[in-house]
Amino acid sequence: MKFIVSILLTALLAFVAGLFTQFPWWVFAISSFVVSALIPQAPGKSFLSGFLGLFLLWVILAIIKDAANEHILSTKVSQILPLGGSFIMLILITGIIGGLISGFAALTGAYLKKS
Amino acid sequence: MRIVPLLASALLTWGAIHLFNTQLSVGGSKTPRLGYFLSPQHGFWQNAESTETNYNDNIVLKDLQGKVEVYIDDRLVPHIYADEDNDAYYVQGYLHAKFRLWQMEFQTHVAAGRLSEIVGKERVSTDQFFRRLGMVYGAEKTKAYVEKNNPEMQSAIDSYAKGVNAYIAQLKPEEIPFEYKLLDYKPEAWTSLKTYLFQMFMSYDLTGRGAVTDLQMSNARNYFGYKDFDRLFTDVQDSLDPIIPKGTVYAKPSIKVVTPADVQTAYLGDTSGSSTAMAPFVPNKSNGSNNWVVGGSKTKSGRPILANDPHLGLNLPSLWFEVQISTPTHRTYGASFPGSPAVIIGFNDSIAWGVTNAGRDVLDYYEMKFKDSTLNEYWYNGEWVKAEKRSETIKVKDSANVIENIAMTVYGPTMYDHHYKNSGSGGKNLALRWTAHDGGSGLLAFYKLNHAKNYDDYLEAISHWNTTGQNFAFASKTGDIALKQQANFVARWYRQGDFILPGQDSTYAWQGYIPTNENPMIKNPERGFVSSANQKSTDNSYPYYLGATSNFPVYRGVIINRKLTALSNATAQDIQKLQMDNYNVFAEMARPVLMKYVNRAALTADEKKYLDIMNGWNLVSDVNEKGATVFNVIWDSLEASIWGDEFAGATTNIGWPDEITLLESLQRDSLYSFADNIKTKNKVETITDAVMEAIKKATVVLQKADKEGKLSWASFKDTRVSHLLKINPLSALHLPIGGGRHIINATTEMHGPSWRMIVHMTDEIEAYGVYPGGQHGNPGSKYYDTFIDHWATGKYYPILFLHLKDAPTHKRIKWLMTFTKA
Repeated sequence: MKFIVSILLTALLAFVAGLFTQFPWWVFAISSFVVSALIPQAPGKSFLSGFLGLFLLWVILAIIKDAANEHILSTKVSQILPLGGSFIMLILITGIIGGLISGFAALTGAYLKKS
Repeated sequence: MRIVPLLASALLTWGAIHLFNTQLSVGGSKTPRLGYFLSPQHGFWQNAESTETNYNDNIVLKDLQGKVEVYIDDRLVPHIYADEDNDAYYVQGYLHAKFRLWQMEFQTHVAAGRLSEIVGKERVSTDQFFRRLGMVYGAEKTKAYVEKNNPEMQSAIDSYAKGVNAYIAQLKPEEIPFEYKLLDYKPEAWTSLKTYLFQMFMSYDLTGRGAVTDLQMSNARNYFGYKDFDRLFTDVQDSLDPIIPKGTVYAKPSIKVVTPADVQTAYLGDTSGSSTAMAPFVPNKSNGSNNWVVGGSKTKSGRPILANDPHLGLNLPSLWFEVQISTPTHRTYGASFPGSPAVIIGFNDSIAWGVTNAGRDVLDYYEMKFKDSTLNEYWYNGEWVKAEKRSETIKVKDSANVIENIAMTVYGPTMYDHHYKNSGSGGKNLALRWTAHDGGSGLLAFYKLNHAKNYDDYLEAISHWNTTGQNFAFASKTGDIALKQQANFVARWYRQGDFILPGQDSTYAWQGYIPTNENPMIKNPERGFVSSANQKSTDNSYPYYLGATSNFPVYRGVIINRKLTALSNATAQDIQKLQMDNYNVFAEMARPVLMKYVNRAALTADEKKYLDIMNGWNLVSDVNEKGATVFNVIWDSLEASIWGDEFAGATTNIGWPDEITLLESLQRDSLYSFADNIKTKNKVETITDAVMEAIKKATVVLQKADKEGKLSWASFKDTRVSHLLKINPLSALHLPIGGGRHIINATTEMHGPSWRMIVHMTDEIEAYGVYPGGQHGNPGSKYYDTFIDHWATGKYYPILFLHLKDAPTHKRIKWLMTFTKA
C-alpha cells in the first residue's frame, strides 16, 4: 500500500511542481525526496517507487502529447538524438531519465529517514 | 551509520541532475540539456502541437488603436482586417512571431554577427565576416535615415516590433520554439533595428557576391594577365536577349563618366600583391529569379497575367510567409518576410508586382594605405586622414568576447586588414564601398507598392528602392504592364569595380548614381510582354557600364522570351506550366557542339551507351530523364578538362569562367587554345581531346550513379529543402523535382524557386501561389512543410483573396483570432 501511495504521490507532486515552468525542470527531485522522507520504506523500495512515479508520469504525459501530434515531432527528435526514428524509444528514454533522477532523490530521502 | 549511503545517494542525485542539465559534446556537436529537453512539461514535448489545434483566440493587447480580426484559412494563411494600417502591421508582427519567432531572430542574429553567442566559438569567423562587412553599420544607417525622412514607414516598423514583442511577452517558458530548446537559449526582445538587419541580410544574399567575386577577379587578372583574363571573363554574350529588347534607343547619359588616365597601368594591368584575401563563403551564384507579365493582347481574358518566382536558398522554415492585409487604405495579399512588415511580393485590388535580382555591381573594394599598424590614419588625396574606429563586440558562448576594431574610411569599413585576413591576403587593407551602407529608405518601396493603385503609384513607389538592384515587374487591372530596373546604380566606366580599386585618392571613386529616370525601363511594349531573368538589362548601346558580365546569366532569359513570344490566348494555367518548364536551352546549344568533337570509334561500349542516352534526350530536364544527368556530368567534366590545368597553378581561389564563355568560345573558334593541357609538354591537345577526356571521366561518374540507381535526373540532382540549422531530420530530402541551372524551373540541389506566384488581373483577381515550406515554423506542427509536395510536383494553391464580408462564412476559413485594445 505504502508503495502504491508513494508512486502516486511522487507522480502527483511532480506534476503539480512541473506546472510552474519558471522553476527548473528537475524540481520534481525535491518533491520525490520529500515523499520518500515522509513515507518510510526500505531504500530499494523507495528508489523503485520514486523511479516508477516519474517514469509513469513522464511516459503518460509524453504519450498524450505524442498521440495528439501523430508522432510528427517525436519521429524527428528520435532521428536527431539519434534513436533511429523510433518514437517508442524516445518515450521510454524520456521516462527513464525522469525516473532515474526521481529514484535517486527518493533513495536519498529514504536514507535521511534512517540516519 | 547510514550517513555514507545518504551522502552517496545525495551525490548520485545531484550528479544525475547535473549530467542531464548539461549540454554534452558528442562527435563535434552539442546535445541539448537532455533532462530539460525531454521533460514533458518543459522541453520539446510541449512543441508537439496537436494536429487538431484550434487557432481561435481572443487576444487583448495594450498598444492597439482599434479592433483587428484575423481569419485564418485552411492553409494557415492569416487574413488580417484592421481599421488602421499600423494596427495591421502590429498584428502582422504578432502573427509572424507566433508562427516564425525562432527563424526571425536567428536570421537577424546571422546578419548581426551574433551566431557565436548561440552556438559557441566555432562560428566566430562567420560573425567576424558579417561584422566587418558592415552589416550592423548598414542597418543602423538605414534606421537613422528612415527615422529622419520616412515617419510613416518608421511607425509601421515600430508597430510591427511592438506586435512581435506583445507575442514574446505572453510566451510561457515551456512555449518557446523548438530550436531554442535544442540549442539551449531564449528569445530576446524584438527591435526595429532587427527589421533593418534582416534587410541587410537580403542585401548581402542578393549583392554580397561582389565581396568575393571582386577578389576572385583580381586574382584571376593577376594570374593570367589582363589580356587572357579578358578572353576568359569576356564582356561578350552572343546569345543574350536583354530585359530591354535589343535595338532600344537610349537617351544621352546625364552623367559623363571619366575613366582615370592611368587606368591601364594603375588598374587593369596592376599585378602588385600577387594575391588577395578570400571570403569564407559566398552567396549562391544562382540567387536570381524569373518574373514576367503577359499583356492583354496575349491572354484569353484580355487582362494581364503577372508571374514571379524568386530563386533563393531553399530552407525550412521558409523565408516567406503568406498573408493578406486589409485596411481602409488597401487590401493586399502576398508573400511577406518574417521580420518585416507589409507584403514583399504580391498584389492588391488594383495592381500586382514581382521582383528579380538585377545583378548589377553595387559593391567595390578599395585598397587603402594606412600610416601604421594602428590603422588610425590613411592616405587620401595627398594627406593623412583620420580613420574613425568602429568597435564591435562578438559575444561567444562559453568563451571570451572577441572584439573587432574596424577602421572606417571615406569609402566604408575596412573589411580586410592585418588583423583580419585569409590565406594569402598579403596584408592588403581593403575598404568596402557598398550601397547597402548608404542608409536609404529601406522597405518604403514595398510599403508603397502595397498601397499602389496604378502605374504612376508603382513608379513613385519603386523610386524609393535604392540599395540592391531589383527588376520590378508590374501589372494593373487597367491593362498596363511594365518592368523597371531600380536601385542607386553606380555610373561606372568600363571595368570599374570588377577588380580591387586603388583607394589612395578620389580618382577611382564612384562618380555618381545614375538618375532613376535613366534606369532600364519598359512599359506596354509592342511584343505584348515584359520579362526578366537576371540577364543583362540592356544591350551595349546603354550608355553606362552594367558591371562584370559574369554577374548575368543568359539562358533563362532566352527561353522565357522565346516561350512568351510564342504564347497566345494564355490562361493562368498556361503560365503555371511555363513556370514549371524544364526545357534546357543551354543543352540545346551545347549538345551539338559536344557531339561535333566526338570521335565515336575511340569510345568504349559504356561510353557509347551514355553518349547515346544524351543524344536521344528530348532536352527536357524532367524527373526521370537520364539524358539530363549524362549531359550535365559530361559538361562539368569538359569544364574540368579545359580549365583544370590552367587554373591549377593559381595559389588563390579563382572562379572558373562562365559556362556561356566556354560554349560560345567553342561555337566561335574550333582552335580554342585553352583546350591544350598545359601540363603535357610535348603535345598540343585539341578540343576533341578535351571532349573525349570529358566523356571518359564522366563515364566513371555515370557508372557509379547507374549502379546506385541514381541516373535519373531528380535522384542525381537530389534537391532538398534544408532546415536553417542543416539538421536532416528537420529537412525535406530527396525531392522529386526536375529543372536546374539555365532552366525556367531553376531548381538545383539546395536552391530554386522560393515562392511561385501567378496573378491574373481580372475584376476579381485570380491568383495562385506555392512555396517549398509551410506557414508554421514549428517542426512539430503539421503545417511545417505542408506545401512541399505541391511545390515539387508543380501544383499551385488557389489564393484566397477575401473581402471582409465573405470571410466569416467562407468554407476555407477555419479559425478567427480577434485582437482588441486593452
